[in-house]
Amino acid sequence: MLLLAAVRPAWSALTIEITQGVEGAIPVAVVPFGWSGAGGVAPENISAIVSADLNRSGRFEALPDSDLVAHPTEGSQVQFQNWRMVNVDNLVIGKISEAGQQYSVQFQLFDVFRGNQVAGYSFNVGRQDLRRVAHHISDLIYEKLTGERGAFNTQIAYVTTSGSTANKTYTLLVADSDGYNPQIILTSKEPLMSPGWSPDGSQLAYVSFENKTAQIYIQELRTGTRRKLVSFKGINGAPSWSPDGRSLAVTLSRDGNPEIYTMDLKSNALKRLTNSAGIDTEPVWAPDGKSIVFTSDRGGSAQLYQVPAGGGQARRLTFEGNYNAGADFSPDGRKIAMVHAAGDGYRIAVLDLGSGNLRVLTDGRLDESPSFSPNGSMIIYATGAGNREELAAVSVDGRFRQRLSLQAGNVREPVWSPFGK
Amino acid sequence: MKRNISRLIVAGLIAVLAGCSTTGDKQSGDVAVEDRGTTTDGGAVTSGAYGSSDFSSYSLTDPNSPLARRVIYFEYDSAEITSSDQELLVQHSGYLVANPGQQITLEGHTDERGSREYNIALGDRRALSVERIMELNGVLPEQITVVSYGEEKPAAEGHSDAVWRLNRRVEIVYQGQ
Repeated sequence: MLLLAAVRPAWSALTIEITQGVEGAIPVAVVPFGWSGAGGVAPENISAIVSADLNRSGRFEALPDSDLVAHPTEGSQVQFQNWRMVNVDNLVIGKISEAGQQYSVQFQLFDVFRGNQVAGYSFNVGRQDLRRVAHHISDLIYEKLTGERGAFNTQIAYVTTSGSTANKTYTLLVADSDGYNPQIILTSKEPLMSPGWSPDGSQLAYVSFENKTAQIYIQELRTGTRRKLVSFKGINGAPSWSPDGRSLAVTLSRDGNPEIYTMDLKSNALKRLTNSAGIDTEPVWAPDGKSIVFTSDRGGSAQLYQVPAGGGQARRLTFEGNYNAGADFSPDGRKIAMVHAAGDGYRIAVLDLGSGNLRVLTDGRLDESPSFSPNGSMIIYATGAGNREELAAVSVDGRFRQRLSLQAGNVREPVWSPFGK
Repeated sequence: MKRNISRLIVAGLIAVLAGCSTTGDKQSGDVAVEDRGTTTDGGAVTSGAYGSSDFSSYSLTDPNSPLARRVIYFEYDSAEITSSDQELLVQHSGYLVANPGQQITLEGHTDERGSREYNIALGDRRALSVERIMELNGVLPEQITVVSYGEEKPAAEGHSDAVWRLNRRVEIVYQGQ
């Protein structure tokens, strides 16, 4: 256990800072959980993790500890009138008890005005799963109070760089969505880029230049086992998993210039989807698996196009601005996030496919790599205009913002995982 | 040999200047070079600048040789090569034609603006346009490897126009150097 902790790269943990809050966030009181076990405190501060999760969603405002009027740890200790007096609608309490190698975590969510319990669960887990339980509790609270699924128990893949211009180290990592628990997937002295999650969250596809040329690999996260999938002459890039997990859409330039292909992961059979003299790249599958959106400069500037996944005529999707690239579909398939430029910087914009409205969500100069959270509520992206490359996240309505940064080094290409099983 | 190379180079340069934007494959490009070489003596206009130079005598290790310059720069979102850089590429081509065992890698790069995979494609386009000029000037396709790093390996760090200009480039890397 100690050894495991020692090899964890503390320097690569992301710190999250909320940069723009939302008026009208729902107040929640999360009372510090009780602890019965050895030592004075529980091994994880579950209530603090839950509070941070809820704040990070932009939908809730967890009361600071100093504003808590009481510290109940069981339902029988709750005096609803005390909480009504401070205008708190929602109250979360709980306790953790040690039972051999296991921990029992119990929590309850109360509707203060009705004076009843809205949710109550208990879990038995090992030490290493306590943070996951905390995120799961956050998910349960979020879903009860908003009616939407929470995305706290998810992960983010990203690429970091450190070192000088001439001697860089590139690292591909996966961390919990709150930045904790970063795990190194791969380290290289040559560029690593374009991570993409398999739909079941068990594998990552990525591009590595470790052999001085772009090659696409697929790596199983649990075991670290990987296989080289494509290494044709020229570009092998932009891997994107089909929603059924059976194919990968990729960019290959083996036939002369960059074109979109799909590759069957069992047979490795390739099917070419585009045929233009210009650049075709950055394919992403629609969540229904029926079409693929990609970037092309066939019309003179980089714009997004959509083509049936089985092949056919491509249709242009974007018309505003002189640069629209790097698309990501919202999980419901109704929106596309992209890098958008209209002469004054590269920003993250969202296209509503139903109405055709394009909305610019960010105001950076060098924003890129947008990725939707699996519940569709947030978009995480890379922002590079400062001294260092950082990540940022914005709610889909543009009202809530946060910044995710490393203690040292640059971080880029965030990709939000699908929901865990 | 020397005369042959010079003729090839002049012919190649004319073809480049005349048809910079043609997108034909290598084979038709080669045919065009030969046609022009035999019919156009007016190439003297452009050959004057280097007609008398002995290309094959340039040393790769001489810092004062034109071959010491191994970076070609580009405008934003462009793969077009300036005429002075075309001259430089003709000189590199001359060396490579005279040394057919010499291998090079053409590394395409972009500035940091825009999405990363699009920049890989843009860097590739830049490297391919350098490759095309070299092949028009007689360099064998087997001598050239192309790789695009997009914005992943900047030559300079920062977010200014001056930095971006340095990063939009193709680097000619001689193997074994």
